[in-house]
Amino acid sequence: MSEILLGAHDVSKRFPGVLANNQVSLQLERGRILALLGENGAGKSTLVNILFGMYRPDEGHVIIKGERVDLRGPDDAISRGIGMVHQHFQLVPPMRVVENIVLGAEPVLRGLVDLGEARRRVIELSRRYGLEIDPDAVVEDLPVGMQQRVEILKALYRNADVLIMDEPTGVLTPQEADHLLGVLRELTQTGLGVVFITHKLREVLAVADDIVVLRNGEVVGQTTPGETSENGLAEMMVGRSVMLRVDKSVAEPGDVVLELEKLSVEDDRGQIALNEVSFEVREGEILGVAGVEGNGQRELVEAITGLRGLSSGLMKIGSDEFTSGSTRQIAEKGVAHIPEDREKHGLIGVYSLEENSVLNRYHRKPFSLRGFLRRDVIKRHAEGVVDEFDVRTPSTSVPASSLSGGNKQKLIVGREFSDDIDLLVAAQPTRGIDIGAIEFIHRRILDQRDKGTAVLLVSAELDEILGLSDRIAVLYDGELMDVLDAEDSNREKIGLLMAGITDSKSSA
Amino acid sequence: MSRSLLRTISIPIAAVVFGLVIGAILILTQNASPGTAYKALLVGGAGDSDAVLRTLQKATPLIFGGLAVAFAFKAGMFNIGGQGQLLVGAVFAAGVGFGIDGLPLVIHLPVALLAGGIAGAVWGGIAGTLKATTGAHEVIVTIMLNFVAGNLTDWLAANPWKDNSGSNIVARTPLVEDSAVIPTFGAVPVGFLLAVITAITCWMILERTTFGFEVKSVGNNRHAADYAGIRVGRIMALTMAVAGLLAGLGGAVESLGVDGRFEAGVNVGLGFEGITIALLARANPLGVVPAALLVGLMEAGAARMQFKAGVAPELIDVIQALILFFVAAPIILRWVLRMRHDASEQLQLGAGWGRS
Repeated sequence: MSEILLGAHDVSKRFPGVLANNQVSLQLERGRILALLGENGAGKSTLVNILFGMYRPDEGHVIIKGERVDLRGPDDAISRGIGMVHQHFQLVPPMRVVENIVLGAEPVLRGLVDLGEARRRVIELSRRYGLEIDPDAVVEDLPVGMQQRVEILKALYRNADVLIMDEPTGVLTPQEADHLLGVLRELTQTGLGVVFITHKLREVLAVADDIVVLRNGEVVGQTTPGETSENGLAEMMVGRSVMLRVDKSVAEPGDVVLELEKLSVEDDRGQIALNEVSFEVREGEILGVAGVEGNGQRELVEAITGLRGLSSGLMKIGSDEFTSGSTRQIAEKGVAHIPEDREKHGLIGVYSLEENSVLNRYHRKPFSLRGFLRRDVIKRHAEGVVDEFDVRTPSTSVPASSLSGGNKQKLIVGREFSDDIDLLVAAQPTRGIDIGAIEFIHRRILDQRDKGTAVLLVSAELDEILGLSDRIAVLYDGELMDVLDAEDSNREKIGLLMAGITDSKSSA
Repeated sequence: MSRSLLRTISIPIAAVVFGLVIGAILILTQNASPGTAYKALLVGGAGDSDAVLRTLQKATPLIFGGLAVAFAFKAGMFNIGGQGQLLVGAVFAAGVGFGIDGLPLVIHLPVALLAGGIAGAVWGGIAGTLKATTGAHEVIVTIMLNFVAGNLTDWLAANPWKDNSGSNIVARTPLVEDSAVIPTFGAVPVGFLLAVITAITCWMILERTTFGFEVKSVGNNRHAADYAGIRVGRIMALTMAVAGLLAGLGGAVESLGVDGRFEAGVNVGLGFEGITIALLARANPLGVVPAALLVGLMEAGAARMQFKAGVAPELIDVIQALILFFVAAPIILRWVLRMRHDASEQLQLGAGWGRS
């Protein structure tokens, strides 16, 4: 048996009200990739934070290279050869690659940072591991995949022999993700060990040597790709058999509900984020918008829902034309919006479920009368939403922040579906929620479609797009690459479009 | 319900207790007796009907000033401009109070009060409008407007509106007409009742109306308010105008109920104490009343404390500052009282690279 690089031994960690980790044990051997799989809230982050020294375990201990250690902090973990690539990169965007890599561990010459030496070491490092990169490029100009490479190099520069990767493929195109998996595989050849955290079953099967599944803070299964399947893993994660694909009937599209004509929108920095995009969504169909995050999807959704002004172009909702419109005007046209970031836009955490259930309807009858809120009507409404959308909560008067992610999302979906709606704009509707809630929300979105609602679905999860959409639009760098029928599209085809590659370009 | 109320008020109460305990130690260092001093303070602030009247009069502008800060807090804004809003309110109320005669009290007094309120609302509204339209930070703008208001009101009192009767050389307006003076019923000044009614009204607006819902939405999560179709800038401007109205009313009550005129330099500092009151009340309009009463009592009793126990009246300022300190830094109290933190607070830990 080869050397154990990193391990947890009967680790338990308690937070007020939750047992986040309960006697969790795992072992990572040199040269292997260990996939840590689990739903949100299963305890993956807690465990990884313990391994990286950010939390101290209440019971049990961490083992690094066979030695029982008591990590005093991330610095301690780093000095013992543990490197972590966070889901949200910890880079300084306006600084150069080399500066980012050496930051905090700079080579020093006569009291000054020796950038020449730093540059030499970075180049040497990137050659040794086959991770080519321009050391003088400014980080914010690099594509996301390259920024991730900077993060990996940062860990290697600090002599990491364990790499913890937290949801590393979430921000990548399918092809970039495949490439990353290849890189990780090669890194293990040089003797590294990798802990790979994900909720994407396909990736686990593709790359892992060992799989550990967490549920409710406990290890519920240890297996290998050879012994299991996607369904098997999903069942382990959820604790019951699940439907990975939703059954849906053939769409029966009707009249056009949303029509965009050469819509251009700027981002927060005033750069064009969406460039002359035109498409339409009809009654009773789901148009999925695929794309790597940050290619204009957010601006698209915000423009349609009135949160962001249009810089040019025209938007038609039903028979009304808009070149600018307020959120409220657009909502009154029967547009419902499941926002991408439920904490930022969708809910007010300190407000009760009742108040949140009328967040964008409080001003209408019957929820208010002559400027006064009607608390009793609002309470009944909230109880109805909680009931119908299976929001698990002790009462409707608790603050929304006390709900789990899935229940928050169900509350938002319930609120948005509680009116008659003509157009549903759903942005990342199942991000970060458990499989049970995902199934439920997918079902409800399809029900809306079958009732004749036009649905615009924006998602970074390609599986979600492929599973629900009737037609698929792909955005790349603010341009609409193409709109495909769901039947003639597949992962590869869409993946290429997501990377900005069209047939004409590749043949040229 | 009562449990959560207890939790809410435990920090301010503990802050007051701690402030008084440390105050007692300071009294000891002056070779005085804390028991004697605090007893004198209490008697001086609540011992007889005169003392109660003093306390209520002191508390009245503090309630308005506290509400002016607390209301703005609800929309996520920090109104440092209570002082300026109070001053313009005081001078314009006095202006209407002495400038018009021949009106009956039921008309003259409300009009004078309203003039003060509107002047304050305009003053606060400037800061709110600038915030909404240009993003100018309300803290900076209200601080600067305090200076503008101070000089403007000094000038008004020294020049066009100066009291030229007899040999007056002080920068002050003439006394307001009798029909604009706030009457007193026994030991309870009507101004105080007005302040309490205003506090209850503020609470009603915040908890029961759609406008209050909008204000709190903007304060708690501006992005979600935007999503909900609330016009965030408009609410900010309106909120600051309401805050200014409240402070302006406080100034009007001072002019019409306590001083009988506006005099330059008399109301200095009152607006700033509103910040203490609002923090002690944890921005709850109903909590503003007891907080203002407490501070009002200390100020009303300070003279007697000095006389009976030989303690410098500035000690009251020190105790107030200590209370404010403990309210603003509740972590110290939690640690001493072994109170549990919220889970969210416990989970905030530093993360990441670059600290080796």
